[in-house]
Amino acid sequence: MYKLLLCWRYLRTRWIALASVISVTLGVATMIVVNAVMAGFSHEMQTRIHGILSDIVFESHSLSGFQDPKWHMEEIRRAAGDSIAGMTPTVAVPAMLSFQVRGQWVTRQVMFIGIDESSHAAASDFSRYLQHPENRRQLSFELRAGGYDTVDSQAETPGPTRPALEGAGWPHRRMRVERERLWRERQEAQERAAGGPARPVDQQVDAVLAATAPADIRPPAGETPAAETDADAPAADAARKDPFKTVRPDEGRTMDPAKEQFTGIVPGIGLASFRDSTGVDRFLVLPGDDVKITFPTAGTPPKAVSDTFTIIDFYESKMSEYDSNFVFVPIAALQRMRGMIDPQTGIPSINSIQVKLKDGADLDLVRDQLRKAFPAELYAISTWRDKQGPLLSAVDMEMAVLNILLFMIIAVAGFGILAIFFMIVVEKTRDIGILKSLGASSTGVAGIFLGYGLFLGAVGAGAGLALGLAITWNINRIRAAVEWYTGERVFDPSIYYFFKIPTIVHPATVFWIIAGAVAIAVAASVLPALRAARLHPVEALRHD
Amino acid sequence: MTDRAKLLEARGVRKSYRSGGGRLDVLRGVDFSLEPGGFVSVIGQSGSGKSTLLHLMGLLDAPDAGEVWLGGERIDDLPAARRDRLRNTAIGMVFQAYHLLPELDALENVLAPLYVRYSLAAWLREGPAARARARGLLERFGLGERLHHKPRQLSGGEMQRVAIARALVAEPRVLLADEPTGNLDEESGAGILDTLSELNRRDGLSIVLVTHDQVIARRADRIVRLAAGRVETV
Repeated sequence: MYKLLLCWRYLRTRWIALASVISVTLGVATMIVVNAVMAGFSHEMQTRIHGILSDIVFESHSLSGFQDPKWHMEEIRRAAGDSIAGMTPTVAVPAMLSFQVRGQWVTRQVMFIGIDESSHAAASDFSRYLQHPENRRQLSFELRAGGYDTVDSQAETPGPTRPALEGAGWPHRRMRVERERLWRERQEAQERAAGGPARPVDQQVDAVLAATAPADIRPPAGETPAAETDADAPAADAARKDPFKTVRPDEGRTMDPAKEQFTGIVPGIGLASFRDSTGVDRFLVLPGDDVKITFPTAGTPPKAVSDTFTIIDFYESKMSEYDSNFVFVPIAALQRMRGMIDPQTGIPSINSIQVKLKDGADLDLVRDQLRKAFPAELYAISTWRDKQGPLLSAVDMEMAVLNILLFMIIAVAGFGILAIFFMIVVEKTRDIGILKSLGASSTGVAGIFLGYGLFLGAVGAGAGLALGLAITWNINRIRAAVEWYTGERVFDPSIYYFFKIPTIVHPATVFWIIAGAVAIAVAASVLPALRAARLHPVEALRHD
Repeated sequence: MTDRAKLLEARGVRKSYRSGGGRLDVLRGVDFSLEPGGFVSVIGQSGSGKSTLLHLMGLLDAPDAGEVWLGGERIDDLPAARRDRLRNTAIGMVFQAYHLLPELDALENVLAPLYVRYSLAAWLREGPAARARARGLLERFGLGERLHHKPRQLSGGEMQRVAIARALVAEPRVLLADEPTGNLDEESGAGILDTLSELNRRDGLSIVLVTHDQVIARRADRIVRLAAGRVETV
């Protein structure tokens, strides 16, 4: 009884001891915030990784892939049918993507992935990351007439704007074709004039070129691909001068780029854009532009072939590793171009099968089932976690190291408590003697100080909990305030691709942090408590 | 061997302290006894060992040799828990420097031995009665108005009366007072001594009073003089 009472009285009258737990408070608050942010970050990253990779990836070791996806999918279903929600075949090959920016060719190394439009959405979150609302609903590799999102559809708060996407699609394509035609006409006229003075027609062309510069593009309201307006150029004429004049072996005729598209592709947004310092995304190419892709064929040895494709949408998973590396194309087109279809039987080959599991299915169990059913020499079967194992474990490790370091802070706070408690025991020596003369036992006296430590630890950790949660829940407001005050970007979305700092508070983590902090406070009070218990009552009473 | 007529006894107790390099023999075989309801003064020069004798009898310290008996039971060699219990229930002590707990007010200081005795659950049961008793004691000592004053707000005489009330609240069998008037002016000191005399006379409380003052010592029924660690018969 007296232990509680005296603990309480000491707590109320010894503010200096409360000062010693401020470091506990700060340590606990920091740990809660850091853990919440790291957990949020890790969760966000996992969602994004998982967004592009399906639950289980079934691949062949060879770029040429394996034949007969149908048979494989049936086998997979036989091996682990109960837990499978969906499957889709894919073909992935390394490739080179080239496109023209202001007359310069830009070439990038990419992963060229053939996907099945109809079943891919069922096996991963792929479609969620597209920029056209219709494509998000049902992916189509046909160029859209317009209506691409000009703000990020995934941002909960208004994210970076993308004014350039306003005219993307068919309007942009027609405008470009027209510009190219006018440009060529002027070139030819200049050649004819052989360096003579500029003629009125050239000024006219210049005016048109200036008026149709991409920055000024406005979407023609209600326009559809069928309602052509550039009738001033006969189709045959445009096709004759078209730089992309391509004779398709299967079509056997030249195509009109203002009305037709090449095979549609969806490149990652990072390949085609960058974010400027004001948070606006700037695009090097837009949906409607044509690009060239060079990729290996399936034969042995592989030969490089190239073809022209039309960008029909962008893919943005916000994992820059994917967004600046992946280009998606219809699987059938890729199989045909790479020669992956057996000419005799018509059976195609694929590289991998993406398997989506039902909710609650055990990832590792299904993977092991599949590994048992297929020879490991031919197939690599891995979960999405396995695929990103090093990254995920790096994040886990970072978290562990941070936690250790932060716990050190609390441990340091423990030594502060130890020192202050020793002072209090010395100061209270006489009181300890009095209590012993009144019949208090040594353990009882020790209990006062242990209880005091527990009290202080609980108060410190409780305040830390409140502070930590307050910071965590308002971290984006705090960020905004700091940015406003310093005028500098604390959390640059162009680096992280998050618009707000993600946080997740795990109750178990919070519990262990608090338990650890309280335990340290109690542990720090053990030595002073023992000293108090060992005080000799007579000497303690004589102490001034 | 037990003597029913003796309430508190010290039999040939010896105590020495190490001081510096040498040994300081404070008590060299002291015999002392207090009959039930008695009032005995222990008188001696400072350093004569009178306070040490009181501490030994109050179980605050253990003798190097000899025995301490209380009510026919040897108490100096009991296990720590039993000794703590006896200090709490059977022995009341009053000190020269009052030794009140500064964080507690007068009433709480008086209740301190009961706080020590009862667990929280027991306190919920016993608390009201204990508070009434403590209040009664303080009122009897003229401190009815000062129940909730902290020690630093009280005068020396008032603090010593709170200390006496604290010593009595547990209804001890013996009250050990170590120079209770040493820090007080004559008038307050006289008041304290009147209180002790009255407690002895009216309530039959057994008291050992340690002092260096002949005049004060004479308030007791009997005087024991200590010199150089031994009893001098008077």
